[in-house]
Amino acid sequence: MSANTGDQEQQVGGIVLTPEQKLSRRARNIAIGVGVALLVVLFYAITIVRLGGAVANRTL
Amino acid sequence: MSDVSYLDDGQTPRIPIAAPSDYISLLKPRVMSLVVFTALTGLLLAPVPPHPLIACVALLSIAVGAGASGALNMWYDADIDAKMTRTSKRPIPAGRLDPESALAFGMVLSMLSVFVLGFATNWLAAALLAFTIFFYVAVYTMWLKRWTPLNIVIGGAAGALPPIVGYAAATGEINLASVVLFAIIFIWTPPHFWALAILKIEDYGRAGVPMLPNVAGLDRTRLEILVYTLLLAPLGVAPWLLGFASPVYGLVAMAGGAMLVNIAAKMFSARDEADIRRAAGRMFAFSILYLFGLFLVLVLERALHLLALI
Repeated sequence: MSANTGDQEQQVGGIVLTPEQKLSRRARNIAIGVGVALLVVLFYAITIVRLGGAVANRTL
Repeated sequence: MSDVSYLDDGQTPRIPIAAPSDYISLLKPRVMSLVVFTALTGLLLAPVPPHPLIACVALLSIAVGAGASGALNMWYDADIDAKMTRTSKRPIPAGRLDPESALAFGMVLSMLSVFVLGFATNWLAAALLAFTIFFYVAVYTMWLKRWTPLNIVIGGAAGALPPIVGYAAATGEINLASVVLFAIIFIWTPPHFWALAILKIEDYGRAGVPMLPNVAGLDRTRLEILVYTLLLAPLGVAPWLLGFASPVYGLVAMAGGAMLVNIAAKMFSARDEADIRRAAGRMFAFSILYLFGLFLVLVLERALHLLALI
């Protein structure tokens, strides 16, 4: 059973994370969140640069 | 992905305690920095440089691709790493990270880096990056490394490709200059790693990795190192002779090449093992300085050239 769905489920499944494990999981989740956010910004910036300055002049 | 996997008995849950820093160390940051530096050199060789943001994204993608190769290498080689003092504190052998997480991390980053490079620059560069990752992981790590003392000779191609990837990212093609830089790194790799293999001969022996000093002995290794440095010294000067580097670069390459050959010759003529090991230590350290020096001069020259164009 997955242990990343909350403390209640962990106890039902018999697995209780130690404070150290909880801390490391929280740090990994934050790192993944920051990584995904950076990717969004990166893709937005790449798109703008690749489209170029004349993007507003296109026919609709 | 679940936070819980199981130990070999299938019963005991293995709950990782890996911090983000463990994942970063999977990327082999020191190797990454050398890859970024050589890829930057290839990128700066382009007659017309790409947009600065695109250049940064290209370098980031190449760095992440190199890091992903490192993560996959650590996943596959965890058994070897555990036996060697140099690598036993890596996250997997140290028990902080499970191999499955390293595999998933490496695979995701490999695909992401190739896709982002293709999206931001062109698909030739992306294909070259994908080939580099494949070559390092499948050809070098999984096949050559445990099979033949030529592992580092052939496998060195993966570490030599970043200048070609960098140039392709900037231009969409491959040119002679980037191939010359590939050749320099390719010929530089064996003497550099054989010097390390002499220093860590017990480690490699314990791990069962057939490095040249373990398989063919110190005498053969010293001879091979001398031959490779004799090839490398003139090859290092080629960028100046071919006209894409200045005479200043030519002087640095000649002086560096002469010192490298001198160290290799002293190692070859050393009488006892202690002297050979001392010379191997000098060879290992100076070879890093040599390659860094050549590429630094190239980067500075191209940067000044581009600034003059602005």
